[in-house]
Amino acid sequence: MVEKITLEIARYSPERDDKPYFQQYEVPVHKEWVVLDALNHIKDTQDASLTYRWSCRMGICGSCGMMVNGEPKLTCATFLSTYVRSGSKIRVEPLRYFPIIRDLVTELTDFLAKLKKVQPWLIRKEEQPLSQGEYLQTPEQVDCYKAYSMCINCTLCYAACPVVGLEPIFVGPAALALAQRYNLDSRDQGAPERIAQLAHPDGIWGCTFVGECTRVCPKHVDPAGAIQQYKLAAVVSWLKSFVLPRGQQS
Amino acid sequence: MRSHTVSAEGGAAGVAKPDDTLDEHAYDTISGGDWLSDQDAVEAFVREAPQELLQLEHWGCPWNREPDGHVAVRAFGGMKKKRTWFAADKTGFHMLHTLFQTTLKFNPIVRYDEWFVTKLLVDDGRVQGVVAIELMSGKIQAITAKAVILCTGGCGRVFPFTTNANIKNGDGMALAFRAGAPLKDMEFVQYHPTGLPFTGILITEAARAEGGYMLNKDGYRYLQDYNLGSPEPKPVLRSMELGPRDRLSQAFVKEFQKGRTVETPHGHVVHLDLRHLGEKLINARLPFVRELCQKYQNIDPVRELIPVRPVVHYMMGGVSTDIKGATPLAGLYAAGEVACVSINGANRLGSNSLPECLVFGARAGHAAAEFASTAKAPNGVAQAQALDEQKRLESRFLGKKSGKDRIATIRKEMQTTLEDSAGIYREEGSLSKGAEKLRELQERYDNIGLDDNSRTFNTELEAALELGYMLDVAECIVQSAWHRKESRGAHQRTDYPARDDDRYLAHSVIWRNPDGSSRIGYWPVTITRWPPGERVYGQQSAEKAKTAK
Repeated sequence: MVEKITLEIARYSPERDDKPYFQQYEVPVHKEWVVLDALNHIKDTQDASLTYRWSCRMGICGSCGMMVNGEPKLTCATFLSTYVRSGSKIRVEPLRYFPIIRDLVTELTDFLAKLKKVQPWLIRKEEQPLSQGEYLQTPEQVDCYKAYSMCINCTLCYAACPVVGLEPIFVGPAALALAQRYNLDSRDQGAPERIAQLAHPDGIWGCTFVGECTRVCPKHVDPAGAIQQYKLAAVVSWLKSFVLPRGQQS
Repeated sequence: MRSHTVSAEGGAAGVAKPDDTLDEHAYDTISGGDWLSDQDAVEAFVREAPQELLQLEHWGCPWNREPDGHVAVRAFGGMKKKRTWFAADKTGFHMLHTLFQTTLKFNPIVRYDEWFVTKLLVDDGRVQGVVAIELMSGKIQAITAKAVILCTGGCGRVFPFTTNANIKNGDGMALAFRAGAPLKDMEFVQYHPTGLPFTGILITEAARAEGGYMLNKDGYRYLQDYNLGSPEPKPVLRSMELGPRDRLSQAFVKEFQKGRTVETPHGHVVHLDLRHLGEKLINARLPFVRELCQKYQNIDPVRELIPVRPVVHYMMGGVSTDIKGATPLAGLYAAGEVACVSINGANRLGSNSLPECLVFGARAGHAAAEFASTAKAPNGVAQAQALDEQKRLESRFLGKKSGKDRIATIRKEMQTTLEDSAGIYREEGSLSKGAEKLRELQERYDNIGLDDNSRTFNTELEAALELGYMLDVAECIVQSAWHRKESRGAHQRTDYPARDDDRYLAHSVIWRNPDGSSRIGYWPVTITRWPPGERVYGQQSAEKAKTAK
């Protein structure tokens, strides 16, 4: 006999429901099945109206994030078997703090606008023509920003961040880590611009350093660390504005 | 940022070092493709690839570097020189995100996120836009345009076991085919030799390029029995584990037939052994391989063997385009895996697909912009077609309740049919049976309805439309494979085991007839400087190179 487990899944359709409710489904527990496999099993064999996003099933596209028993998780990397012992039910909900489009699908419009706000592209005073070859960058220089370049935009960190919950205007962990990814890139000269843009309560000063973002990140990006570095840089640049004559850059 | 490019691991080929030449990259590509590549396209490709890779560097791509700060390159299967640029083993991810983030800088670029295209609008002999569903609202509407570029990728999901993401359902191929544009070389389906069993997650070729061994159940490096050279402790370019993907996948089937593979609950496997590379190298160059093995297979490649088996990975065929990315249908362009230019011929070399996206993406962009600058504005007929399409979707799908057949049942039967008839080895009998079964599935598909008739983010409607695309593409694969009575590259016919240049040094081309049936034709291969030769790897390859000198 294959063991069974109950999934308690949040359902919501704006066309029919005033608010979300839970619906239960029973699925077999196979050793290699992740939560996403269980959702696919339900959709294929029991209820085709169950609605969620997924694509790569290898933890890199960032689309299958959900709350699993209250924790933000990539469902493609969360095995059913880990929940068998802790109880007979797994509760699956959409990622917290996002508007819900339907069932487990959240709206990302605001998140995408926040990404754009941090100017996540190389900013240079002068572009070197391609004919001069690559910008040189040593392996050590790559290592400075590499970890912050690993973000897959899964938004798990937003669902974990209490500040996002209280202040939706807060730019948030992933976007700030992305800003730092460019600030620390030796090819980039845009750090002062980004710091000026983000040194206010909606930006870095919103963060109260709870560190939940870093804890839930499936790619070890460490947004909390990025934000702390960022705050330090902002303070240094603010202090420098007293030491150096107006407008002068160090 | 969710595109399947994100999953590409190993790297992107482009001549970068003084010991390498464009001609060598071209020769490796052409011989790797078993001489079915169009050589003018290959020459343009190898010439422009380094520039495009450099452009990404200027946009911030975190390429791995040499100690002196120059971009580093690694070895790859079928490549005679080290020329594969890489960003650890997440190359596609970094390329995609660099490009995506850079586009945010340009306000005139408007994205339509999560709009699903259901039809190309064609009138007056040219494409004038698309009809699409905005998933969030369920709104169905026309997006008119003077030119359309398809960049929808491949169709691995027509097979049961694939590295491809859930979104790879041949959408662009089917859209073009239905609109009257031909598909080319659809019989050439690449099996990657090293997928994890059950999930089909890809273990990149870079694992072998860094020195990994392929072992059968006796711990024997079996590739030495298949004309791929002799085993050396260190990786030898174009030899053994660094042979081309088609030959390695075919060797797996032969090992299985000899009873030398390992049986598991998810089919037979062989082993990829990285243990001798050591933890330090694995962490530095193959961190994602280790992460995937640990998270999805529950093994650590630093200490354990990785179970692997061939897995459907890539379509060499696709929407036929010329060297500029233009299809024969005016106003329609295609680039990347959805397209068939063709540079990949009968078998693509690893690390050629990412630069193909860059080179032919840029070419298609330029050509489409040029076309649009003189094309007439979309006409009223296109708008009327959009209204018809909206009515079709509403009555055919949203207004029809589900019957006894589920979408998932038909999809599964289609996938099994493809594997049984058009797998690594094919023959006339199984292909005919496959074609017949696909006709039955198409009839059953015509009768399906939906459980879900709501407008908001209707993923069942999406799945139904995707199944329709896949059935069309599946038919093209089986028909093209049935007609090509030879063996070349990834297309191996047990009833016609030899390459036949007299009859089939040609691209197969398949069109849809107005009555819904299809017809096949053949177009010549463009040969510029490399007449068809024998495809040799391993020792023979080295000897041949010596004699040539």
